[in-house]
Amino acid sequence: MAEIRNYTMNFGPQHPAAHGVLRLVLELDGEVVRRADPHIGLLHRATEKLAENKTYLQSVPYMDRLDYVSMMVNEHAYVMAIEKLLQIEVPIRAQYIRVMFDEITRILNHLLWIGAHALDVGAMTMFLYAFREREDLMDCYEAVSGARLHAAYYRPGGVYRDLPDTMPKYQSSKIHDEKQTRLRNANREGSLLDFIEDFTNRFPTYVDEYETLLTDNRIWKQRLVDIGVVSPERAKALGFTGPMLRGSGVEWDLRKKQPYEVYDRLEFDIPVGVNGDCYDRYLVRMEEFRQSNRIIKQCVDWLRKNPGPVITDNHKVAPPSRVTMKQNMEEMIHHFKLFTEGIHVPPGEAYVAVEHPKGEFGIYLVSNGANKPYRLKIRAPGFAHLAALDEMSRGHMISDVVAIIGTQDIVFGEIDR
Amino acid sequence: MTTLQQNNFSEVLTNRLGEKLVNFHVQHGELTIVVDAREISAVSKILRDDAALLFDTLIDLCGMDYLTYDDDLSEESGRNAKRFAVVYHLLSVEKNCRLRMRVFADNNEFPAVDSVTEIWPVANWFEREAFDLYGIVFSNHPDLRRILTDYGFIGNPFRKDFPLTGYVEMRYDEQQKRVIYQPVSIEPREITPLVRREEYYGDCEL
Repeated sequence: MAEIRNYTMNFGPQHPAAHGVLRLVLELDGEVVRRADPHIGLLHRATEKLAENKTYLQSVPYMDRLDYVSMMVNEHAYVMAIEKLLQIEVPIRAQYIRVMFDEITRILNHLLWIGAHALDVGAMTMFLYAFREREDLMDCYEAVSGARLHAAYYRPGGVYRDLPDTMPKYQSSKIHDEKQTRLRNANREGSLLDFIEDFTNRFPTYVDEYETLLTDNRIWKQRLVDIGVVSPERAKALGFTGPMLRGSGVEWDLRKKQPYEVYDRLEFDIPVGVNGDCYDRYLVRMEEFRQSNRIIKQCVDWLRKNPGPVITDNHKVAPPSRVTMKQNMEEMIHHFKLFTEGIHVPPGEAYVAVEHPKGEFGIYLVSNGANKPYRLKIRAPGFAHLAALDEMSRGHMISDVVAIIGTQDIVFGEIDR
Repeated sequence: MTTLQQNNFSEVLTNRLGEKLVNFHVQHGELTIVVDAREISAVSKILRDDAALLFDTLIDLCGMDYLTYDDDLSEESGRNAKRFAVVYHLLSVEKNCRLRMRVFADNNEFPAVDSVTEIWPVANWFEREAFDLYGIVFSNHPDLRRILTDYGFIGNPFRKDFPLTGYVEMRYDEQQKRVIYQPVSIEPREITPLVRREEYYGDCEL
């Protein structure tokens, strides 16, 4: 009798469905996965070690580059950890701005997720639709920070600057003539808040469009229903957080359970799955689109009515305004010390977690009173999720592994750090 | 998380852990307990299973190197010149409560701590990471391999005595037609010097 042996197959690191640089060693019995061993670290940059050698402010842009599809939420956890150790108050307007941009970021992240997930499973159209909306939201990033992706907009003590009165506009070119450009710029004539409000009015219709394409689609359901089922107990033991945990039916959301910033003043619901399979996690994230949209709407309303400072006036933490800096000696010294020496954070340790689009993103910060952190540990949600890939994909077909990677919403920037 | 809950929690913790608890303190509303390295498995089991605690999720596990940490803070916390520690961040989804647990490894030359993968399966990769970056060995770990660093990497990069530039660099060699490793050619450079002041520069007091 012929000897039967399992195949060992290498998947990635250069594979379009690997979502970056995932290398997967799969042990196959025919087409059935017996063991999956993810090899990570191909994007390891030692962010935590680099942060130990930089001042607190210099590390803010590194946070954008962790999970590079939800930039501002990473910054949020980091600045909140510093604020916790410094025990400073953040102006209320800055808190609303942060919450609004957190939710914009959540939509940005989920749009990329739905695009890439559907593309992996075989639906090309979703990707194009998702990127159409991402374009609008990245313009909001650009309007507020000057950068489309790596914003560095949140600062310890608030945000870098107030919301602008103008939106960046398209310019006419050979492809788009004057008339067309005017049409494309129609909703960009007002302020950033006008533009965001216009977006929140349009967006629910877009989500309906996505759902008509996918939710009842026969192929989509065949590929997702009963794939990668995780029980609630197992999900907790495996360290799942965010939509991965909610998909398994555990009602857990930091925005509700341990509210930070102004989430306790806003109205929104937490969608929860039932079966804990890929399809439920898809439904949970689709509902999160609508809920995020709702939160953004409430923030826009509040921000319109309540002008005020957006960064703390403690100049040991945040720089003084340009005008006062150039007229006042003391302010100039503050400015100089802040940018040459940096913020001094009192000794101690703090763990701060935010509800990241992917799960719980935490920053564990240890300070010894210097101008640089003693230790910074980044708790990336994707790390725990990817660790469970082996368990989730065992017994499934090889093509289901791709669906499971998609549902986990893997981004290597945060896993490898 | 309310203070009332925490007061209650601290009582329960002292009750249940008794002798095993080395130190216990609260800072910025966060509970930290220090536990003896030999007791970690027993303590973890209590923390997970006790009906009043129910820490069902291990949120984070990380290594720490206290080599250059000269603060008074560490004296009271039962450190006693021990260099390496493992920090566990626990979350109880049931009780909506968090807890930080710190374990100092006894031996500075060969730091070893029992693995908690049996209790929280998520610890598997986190422990591999701490092993990779700090060289902390987790006994009874099912699969203790390096995870983040390159294949064939030597050293533990996150230790405080490991230079930021590392020891080797990689480049493509035109003559040999392959990628080679060589000693680093860049000088370590500090952009902003490390400053510690007696009176804190910020207004805030501890």
